[in-house]
Amino acid sequence: MIATRDAYGQTLVELGRENPSVVVLDADLSGSTKTALFAKEFPQRFFNAGIAEANMLGMAAGLAAGGQIPFVSTFAVFASGRAFEQIRQSLAYPRLNVKVVATHGGITVGEDGGSHQSVEDLAIMRAVPNMVVLCPADGPETAAAVRAVAAYEGPVYMRLGRSKVPTVFAEPTPFVIGKGSCLRPGRDLTFVTTGLMTAQALAAAEILAEGGIDARVVHLGTIKPLDVDLVLQAARETGALVTAEEHSVIGGLGGAVCEVVAEGYPVPVERVGLRDVFGQSGTAEELLAYYGLTAAELVEAAQRVVRKKQMP
Amino acid sequence: MLDELQVQELTEKARQLRVDVLKMLNAARSGHTGGSLSALDALTVLFFHQMRHDPSNPQWADRDHFVLSKGHAAPALYACLAHAGYFPLDDLKTLRRLGSHLQGHPDMRKTPGVEVCTGSLGQGLSQAVGLALAARLQGRASRTYCLLGDGEVQEGQIWEAAMAAAHYGVDNLCALLDWNGLQIDGEVDKVMRVTPLGPKFLAFGWHVLEVDGHDLNAIARALADAAACTGKPTLIIARTVKGKGVPFFEHKASYHGVPPSDDELSRALEHLGHS
Repeated sequence: MIATRDAYGQTLVELGRENPSVVVLDADLSGSTKTALFAKEFPQRFFNAGIAEANMLGMAAGLAAGGQIPFVSTFAVFASGRAFEQIRQSLAYPRLNVKVVATHGGITVGEDGGSHQSVEDLAIMRAVPNMVVLCPADGPETAAAVRAVAAYEGPVYMRLGRSKVPTVFAEPTPFVIGKGSCLRPGRDLTFVTTGLMTAQALAAAEILAEGGIDARVVHLGTIKPLDVDLVLQAARETGALVTAEEHSVIGGLGGAVCEVVAEGYPVPVERVGLRDVFGQSGTAEELLAYYGLTAAELVEAAQRVVRKKQMP
Repeated sequence: MLDELQVQELTEKARQLRVDVLKMLNAARSGHTGGSLSALDALTVLFFHQMRHDPSNPQWADRDHFVLSKGHAAPALYACLAHAGYFPLDDLKTLRRLGSHLQGHPDMRKTPGVEVCTGSLGQGLSQAVGLALAARLQGRASRTYCLLGDGEVQEGQIWEAAMAAAHYGVDNLCALLDWNGLQIDGEVDKVMRVTPLGPKFLAFGWHVLEVDGHDLNAIARALADAAACTGKPTLIIARTVKGKGVPFFEHKASYHGVPPSDDELSRALEHLGHS
């Protein structure tokens, strides 16, 4: 168990040692986003913008235009909200090589409450042309993804979490932007999941197997560009999909998958996520249970979607 | 300090640039006339005297950078770039047309010599701070120049950037503020007062100079003064006239976002001694 933000902070230090072009910016949250690890080792290449996210994103654009590789971190709610237009105009429009690594995504921010829980950042960032949008499942995948985005030339939004999450990728796996992974074969339905919901889907698949339902699990660490082939293959071969994300059901993974299957191979889909509501204070575990982001809820969604599929 | 010959040459250059700005705006049938003309003398001194740049090698690593934060003055920038040799003068006729590399607002991916994308006001100064920081990290002598509008400094991000530039002692950054006193809805100080400008930037930790923004020699002197300043960024407040150079456009907010008509163009060109 490790938080994805911890994996990020550690990998950033490695990148800093390997590549002198890497610079890091933060907006007074470096202890939380874990960029403080980089700041400690490379103070000359770390820029604290203070509590001024708009300027931070603009400075990052200028640094990228000047040939550096900026990683920019703050909480997801501020990166995608406060600094949205700077991301649009100063980064994405010119396709600048800036990596926005937003931690504290989703409701597992916990006690800070709904004001600090981004439930719409994936939808917002997915709508912006030129943006790559990532949401890794665990620590090892985050480390691999950070390396992949450093090697990629262009703007990226990566969403990470605050709380510790179980390891899904126990074996070292290279991260390929735009490619998902089939983590469990299955014939009756497919869980298409991202972020910390992938671990829940694997647990749900175990439970379903006991009841004779054979669930495939496809993890999409990249929300955009979506692995269309893998999603359509799952639709064709299993005939029913359940999406799950720590995000609104509007516009994120669930929205993206529905767009793809509606055009490419229509099958029943159940979307698990926040039903167009904001979060609230509570522990991460309590909130996941309250909003139905659990293996038990995924089991029910799977049973519903299999029934839909069997309807004449 | 410019010698007499340099002043003559730059004055003539500025006249030609005004002619081209008016022609391209007229051909485009839309665009921002007033603020292109007010900023033009400062741009002339930057592109044809102060800045180290190589139009035959726009990506030269040690070049000075220019950021047009008030991106709606793109016609003035495009005229400078064309006259400097970044692309043919003929291209200016394509301003704002489908498929043209001359977009309504500056686009680094389309126009040679444009360093970043601007036009959404308030964002250019932050980008300029980043460019200046990158040059410093890389140990380059290159300087970054950024042209702001006076209405533009109503944007909060400008002050975030002003804070950061001073905090990081970005002395290879020089911002110029085109203080023409007018924005789309009228007088800047009636829409939303921004004055006093000098004391604000001084309080933020900047080196502040104020010049007549149409006095080429004064602009050149201020730019030299800025280059000699260490430890802090410089702001040059350029007192300007909106629509400068065409008497019937001067001091008029109504020509902020309106191009010259055919009749206005011929009268303006006549005034500028262009037949």
